[in-house]
Amino acid sequence: MRPLILTALVALPLLTGCASAPVQQDGITINDPYEAQNRRVHAFNKGLDSHVIGPIADLAGGKNDAETAPVDPDAPIGLLQMVINAGRNLSLPVKSVNGLLQGRPGNAGRNLSRFAINSTLGLGGVFDPAMDNFGISERDTDFGETLAVWGVPEGPYVELPVLGPSTRRDAVGQVVDLLIDPMYHLLDGQDRAVVFGLRVASKAGDRARFGDSVDGILQGSADSYAQTRLIWLMNRRHDLGEERADYDPYDDADVIDPYAE
Amino acid sequence: MQITTPMTTLMSSTPMRSDRRGFLGLLACAAVAAVLPFRPAHALDAGSARALIDRSLGEVYQVINSGQAPATMYQQFEAIFARYADVDVIARSALGPAARQTDAATFAAYKQAFQGYIGRKYGKRFHEFVGSRIEVTGARQLKSFYAVTSVAYLNGRAPMEVEWHVSDRSGQDLYFNIIIEGVNMLASERAEIAAMLSRRKGDVAALTADLRQAG
Repeated sequence: MRPLILTALVALPLLTGCASAPVQQDGITINDPYEAQNRRVHAFNKGLDSHVIGPIADLAGGKNDAETAPVDPDAPIGLLQMVINAGRNLSLPVKSVNGLLQGRPGNAGRNLSRFAINSTLGLGGVFDPAMDNFGISERDTDFGETLAVWGVPEGPYVELPVLGPSTRRDAVGQVVDLLIDPMYHLLDGQDRAVVFGLRVASKAGDRARFGDSVDGILQGSADSYAQTRLIWLMNRRHDLGEERADYDPYDDADVIDPYAE
Repeated sequence: MQITTPMTTLMSSTPMRSDRRGFLGLLACAAVAAVLPFRPAHALDAGSARALIDRSLGEVYQVINSGQAPATMYQQFEAIFARYADVDVIARSALGPAARQTDAATFAAYKQAFQGYIGRKYGKRFHEFVGSRIEVTGARQLKSFYAVTSVAYLNGRAPMEVEWHVSDRSGQDLYFNIIIEGVNMLASERAEIAAMLSRRKGDVAALTADLRQAG
């Protein structure tokens, strides 16, 4: 992990130099002054995905089974889902911290309750009784969102090595999330390594389960860089509730009306 | 240009103002209304927009749960898309300014290929939807069309907001855009088709050939 963070940190100051003004594309702001650099990172990530991550995900996820046999929703969860659950459970304390920093104690409480219930009754987070029995769903968040709540501007789009699409604000958030994670402060040595390993495995598991969508964008697109950038930015801004600073759904510029052309 | 009836024009302009511009505008609208072909008494409203999406989703889930071979399913998804979506305006919008310089026959071939591409591209994700459900939650007017809101409950994922934009501007109630968790499908297809077209240096026929293989 350390080399990764270092790469990200080292890459950021390098991303200065030439700058192009933000452009509007169908009412979506694309602020990408480092496009040339980002495209190089994208090519690297795409290669990594098709040669390393994808094949491993296929092995773990049994993608071919999913293609032919519909999955019974009531079937007992498989090993893959158990790993995803356990890893995700370990991400709840830092999400709880972020909830507090955002002034959303309700969200912080939900995530902490989930962590308490699933770590004990859910046998270390492998199962999800918090949702199944108590109806407590996760409130996904991170320090990037905390910065957004605090009014820090999004900054330019960046594609990070291995970690993928981000913005300057979210890239800083990813580093801070590691520093403020209670799990890393409460644990040490081997335990910390186990926690970290599980979280990485969980992310890889998600990739295995939903790999088709990623493959579709990465390998099938005529310009996978531009597609990934557009889709990621639209989704991220939706999650943060900042689709546009002056968002007004009744304003002509915000919605595509193909009949008006 | 938005076609309004004299009634809605009256209501949207300041009612007491009778200056020349307002009066001329009224005359113009009356003329447009007179020239327009007769439109059925039924007009698009929140209820019919919602019903369209409900029907469309019902058919999609029938195919998903049918357990047929994927290739057969993609064809059926394409047919559902052609029945409930305004493929003409979506394909035209995706092609961008080039649509205006394309002759009717070339455009028709492109539109047909585009429709198949959409059926395959989005159809390939059907297994994410096995055992899921989508609940239509409401509809509201947005400019000249309606936005139907729904929530998709997929296995092992947080519920997703899915919004459908429905219009009757084609003469029928049809949807022309889907926004999934903020991801605007028309915007992303416009970007994708633009990239495919520029790879073919603006040749729509070549793009059509590529589309038949894509998705």
